[in-house]
Amino acid sequence: MQMLNADPVTATEWRSRRTRLATSTPPQRAAELGKVATDLRRTVLRMIERAGQGHLGGDFSVLDILTTLFHGVLNVDPERPHWPDRDRFILSKGHSSAALYATLASCGYFPRAELDTFMAPMSALNGHPNRTKVPGVETNTGPLGHGFPVAVGCALAARLQSSARRTVVVLGDGELQEGSNWEAAMAAGHHELSALTAVVDRNRLQQGARTEETNRLDPLPDKWRSFGWEVREVDGHDYRALVSTCTESTTGRPVVVIANTVKGKGVSFMEDRVEWHHKVPTADQVRAALVELGR
Amino acid sequence: MTIAASVAQTYDCRQAFAEELTALARADDRIVAVCNDSIGSSNLVGFRAEFPDRTFNVGIAEQDMVGVGAGLANAGLIPFVCAAAPFLTGRALEQIKADVAYSDVPVVLCGMSPGMAYGELGPTHHSIEDLSWLRAIPNLPVVVPADPVQTRAAVRWAAGHPGPAFLRIGRFKVPAVTPPDAPFELGRGIQLTDGDDMTVIATGTMVSRALAAAEQLRTEGAAIRVLNMPFVDPLDTAAVLDAARTTRGIVTAEEATVSGGLGAAVASLVAQHHPVPMRILGVPGVFAPTGSTAFLLEHFGLTANGIARAARELLDR
Repeated sequence: MQMLNADPVTATEWRSRRTRLATSTPPQRAAELGKVATDLRRTVLRMIERAGQGHLGGDFSVLDILTTLFHGVLNVDPERPHWPDRDRFILSKGHSSAALYATLASCGYFPRAELDTFMAPMSALNGHPNRTKVPGVETNTGPLGHGFPVAVGCALAARLQSSARRTVVVLGDGELQEGSNWEAAMAAGHHELSALTAVVDRNRLQQGARTEETNRLDPLPDKWRSFGWEVREVDGHDYRALVSTCTESTTGRPVVVIANTVKGKGVSFMEDRVEWHHKVPTADQVRAALVELGR
Repeated sequence: MTIAASVAQTYDCRQAFAEELTALARADDRIVAVCNDSIGSSNLVGFRAEFPDRTFNVGIAEQDMVGVGAGLANAGLIPFVCAAAPFLTGRALEQIKADVAYSDVPVVLCGMSPGMAYGELGPTHHSIEDLSWLRAIPNLPVVVPADPVQTRAAVRWAAGHPGPAFLRIGRFKVPAVTPPDAPFELGRGIQLTDGDDMTVIATGTMVSRALAAAEQLRTEGAAIRVLNMPFVDPLDTAAVLDAARTTRGIVTAEEATVSGGLGAAVASLVAQHHPVPMRILGVPGVFAPTGSTAFLLEHFGLTANGIARAARELLDR
């Protein structure tokens, strides 16, 4: 299957928004990112309703992070997804693919209409992202603990090639129970990969229960510090704070942004409920959720 | 061809691997090496001395090592990811599948000291499952060079191949059996001797032994075709089917488990297109006892005598 093509009209809109946001006041910027994210939540809800499957809870906890990164932080070009000096973005928690696809389409990486095919037979939009089909995807994720080591390789390559490009990897908090992440964290700390940023979607829930009841992660900031990382904690739904914390390292060390989030954020009856990890809403629930999301 | 493993000069293929890789790296700055604290055992001492910035030792962390390789390839580099074969393929199998093969990035996975090269260290350190595991993964050529000549050719080929590949780089010393002008192409075997009584298809350390077996049988009046199959996957289906059609049977020999490797690939092909009698030589479904590599190869009949015996059984049918 061919790689999806960019949507130039949407990419142009995205570019003007980026320019506008760069010169807006922080409250204006936050308000505009909020509008984008609300639209994306509605889009994701409809994608999962249509597909009859998906991971709504984690999609909604990570969505404000993805919105902020793609509309306000990353140095990328949706019309040139393989531009060598682009920032590298990796969604290691690949099961939040619906949120990623909706975000990429909102930047013009591919036409929004493609989102209607999410998980349909022969769609480019598999339940987990595939770099050979979807522009904007750097590596195929899905099994947890894979994206972070690849991000370390991306950051090592940028350094070898004397490029100022950054690498940003978004990790689930439950995902941190996979040991491969700590191999990667140790390597990044050892090599002082200051152009590498890890964002942890700290929603405190995993598929079956709370993270702290399953295999405790706290004290999470101390763990990262002890691996040689600069730790920043932030409300993962506060656009203004996300923009100001997803900035480059000032310490020469890699940066981890521990983004405290709410699983299912934006829909009251989904928020912080373990069952919405991959529950599919009924038609009534979709209607109720859309009302809460402003429609 | 009258090469006998017992008399010929023998070589550790890691030397040829390292020399070729370093020579290629001088001409192409995209080539980098990644390893897991295996600078010495992967023979990367010279490479690191010459290209310290292009040598990434991630420590004892194979999952990270393969992911790092995929990230380096994402930037247009050509990483040769080197580790002892059992740990590279066993520990990091899911990274090989998802980050490399499925993601389709040109990482060259180099399984050093494969098969039972670590003899006495035991089954934890043997890599006899690698061919089966990796054959099951799409988009990943599985390459087992027979000698230093073919090792050099494989390294050159892999550096230019646009996708991922796995190279099995032998430590157990083998004679040079590959003609210097032999072609090395994706999915292509090399016929080393002609014959229409029986075919022996061998890979890696078994190739010189297959030639020695053919020589034994020649003195008994049987003409044996020896096919060296450096690509366990994709298989040279044309050569295998021609052997099935024009000789009386096929013996396969590999320093690997018989569950799913070269012999299984050949059997699956001929069973579906042109069934012929076969013998599949390798390690049967057991963990090896304690012993040196030479002892274990003898123990499992992976010798010239063992191959000749299997061929005689088929000839006598």
